[in-house]
Amino acid sequence: MSEAGMFGAHGTGDTSGFGGLVRSAAQTGSTERPYGGYFDEVTDDLERAYPLFSDAIERVVVDRGELTLYVKRDRLFDVAKILRDTPTLRFEMCMGVNGVHYPQDSGREMHAVYSLLSLTHNRRIRLEVCVPDSDSHIPSLVEVWAGINWHERETFDMFGIIFDGHPGLTRILMPDDWPGHPQRKDYPLGGIAIEYIGATVPAPSERRSYS
Amino acid sequence: MSTQDAYATSRETTEGRVYSVTGGDWDSLTTDIGATKEERVVVNMGPQHPSTHGVLRLILELEGETVTEVRCGIGYLHTGIEKNAEYRTWTQGVTFVTRMDYLAPIFNEAAYCLAVEKLLGITNDIPERASIIRVLMMELNRISSHMVALGTGALELGALSPMIFAFRERETVLDLFEMISGLRMNMAYIRPGGVAQDIPTGGVAKIREAVAKLRTNFKDNEKLLIGNTIWMKRTQNIGYLDLAGCTTLGVTGPVLRSAGLPWDLRKIQPYCGYENYEFDVVTTDTCDVYGRFLIRMKELEQSLRIIEQACDKLDATAGQPVMVADKKIAWPAQLAVGADGMGNSLAHIREIMGESMESLIHHFKLVTEGFKVPAGQVYVAVESPRGETGVHLVSDGGTHPYRVHFREPSFNNLQSTSAMCEGSMIADVIGAVASIDPVMGGVDR
Repeated sequence: MSEAGMFGAHGTGDTSGFGGLVRSAAQTGSTERPYGGYFDEVTDDLERAYPLFSDAIERVVVDRGELTLYVKRDRLFDVAKILRDTPTLRFEMCMGVNGVHYPQDSGREMHAVYSLLSLTHNRRIRLEVCVPDSDSHIPSLVEVWAGINWHERETFDMFGIIFDGHPGLTRILMPDDWPGHPQRKDYPLGGIAIEYIGATVPAPSERRSYS
Repeated sequence: MSTQDAYATSRETTEGRVYSVTGGDWDSLTTDIGATKEERVVVNMGPQHPSTHGVLRLILELEGETVTEVRCGIGYLHTGIEKNAEYRTWTQGVTFVTRMDYLAPIFNEAAYCLAVEKLLGITNDIPERASIIRVLMMELNRISSHMVALGTGALELGALSPMIFAFRERETVLDLFEMISGLRMNMAYIRPGGVAQDIPTGGVAKIREAVAKLRTNFKDNEKLLIGNTIWMKRTQNIGYLDLAGCTTLGVTGPVLRSAGLPWDLRKIQPYCGYENYEFDVVTTDTCDVYGRFLIRMKELEQSLRIIEQACDKLDATAGQPVMVADKKIAWPAQLAVGADGMGNSLAHIREIMGESMESLIHHFKLVTEGFKVPAGQVYVAVESPRGETGVHLVSDGGTHPYRVHFREPSFNNLQSTSAMCEGSMIADVIGAVASIDPVMGGVDR
């Protein structure tokens, strides 16, 4: 790969020092009980309402005062429905879903993160579903929370995660015929080279070792 | 090269080539259209249409003047801010996110910075004065944003004068922004750890003056619109969305409060010390455009109340720091307004260029490399003028964000267009969309 960049820079062209950092997406391990706050109550209530709890929930993580339930994708729909309908839980609102791409997390590269809000109890929790890149299918939750419709389309558009059962899973922000899913880590920053008479300023992804 | 077009025959004339669109299946096509009894028309409203609030495209299916189906086409203003932020330091991210919802830049900055601070674990170390300035700026911004919502909303329904008053008020607020941050929009004023600079000398007095002026000026629009028969006929029972609809569609902000639920994150999940301010959450139970208009109108007064309290608190905390004490995080330079505009303070330039090598190294490292943020993820939400602006940040322990995601209230609330408009008249679509107050910069990011 040629490293000659703009303004005669060679190598990475990086003067800041952070170019040499090895970045690995760290994952927080499972949290032990007690979780603190209302988190114990939420997990207990979910466990009571959903007999398959231990099978459905892979991990429970409490970090920085936020609860994350890692849900198996086959059980996601049931868990979501119970979280919404059980009177002691009542997560009536889903604030949306978005993806995170962890290429190093082999077999679980694509993560979908849902933030739920309970108006009744004034609580927030987060659901996270991890699926392999080669089979990135997750059941759609549009039937549970209609408002997640566009969020799932955006996540599909940006990450290529396919939400099975979505009423119309099409691109939403990028043009319909756009190749690739821009928010994935293997997708370059991109951009378009700017042309002047007699000179060209390269696209952002070509300027430095942004890749 | 073939000159024959599949859909149009052509012939050469003395004035050039002339095409005539005939043949093909046009004859049978027009016969088929004539045979259908319904008068169904599909209309593309936008993306370049003055009353679609920016580059929003509405695809309307009409039967006469009745709307049978509405779909939104968005993405025309997608700028890839979330992707770009992954390639910049945590501090530079502020400059990006402030451009998302460009009518509420301070809210984007505040939500983003609160999320970075939560990841860093320094939420409780933010100086009190910085939080007060944040609240002050957010409430000023709420006024300027609501002024656009009211002004353009009225303009789109045919009332021109409210827009003139609204933009006069907005200008007052933008002047304050310029005085405080140096910029009228997209200020990047709130930074991780605090704010870019303190309120200038004499600034609080000017804010108080502006508050008194705004309070009087708001009456102009109130007199024009509240109780105005034409305005009420155009807005009452239009764009109906009840509480169940709001809940299932995840709609927040004035639209949710117009369904009667006093859900305001400033009260319910306070941040930046909102629990120390006295204000009311405004609701109506009409579920319609008029209710949302009234809510925005009355929230202006509540914002003024908060600003006044913030001014008192600013007087009490004069001279206190506005940036976190931790020098590994705090931006090294304080900005100052000089004769030629805002820039790094001369005292700081003197220190790093002439006095201390260590200061220069520290400045250079922090500005180019940035600070590291412990790995993990957070979700932080603030009450923006349009509803819940949520930020989902993921850090891998590096100097850049691993993932920045904004849960934009405009993006989410725009989904409710179909629920509000299907079955109504085409003219009411404009009012309904205006009452959602979508900002396309936020929708498309």
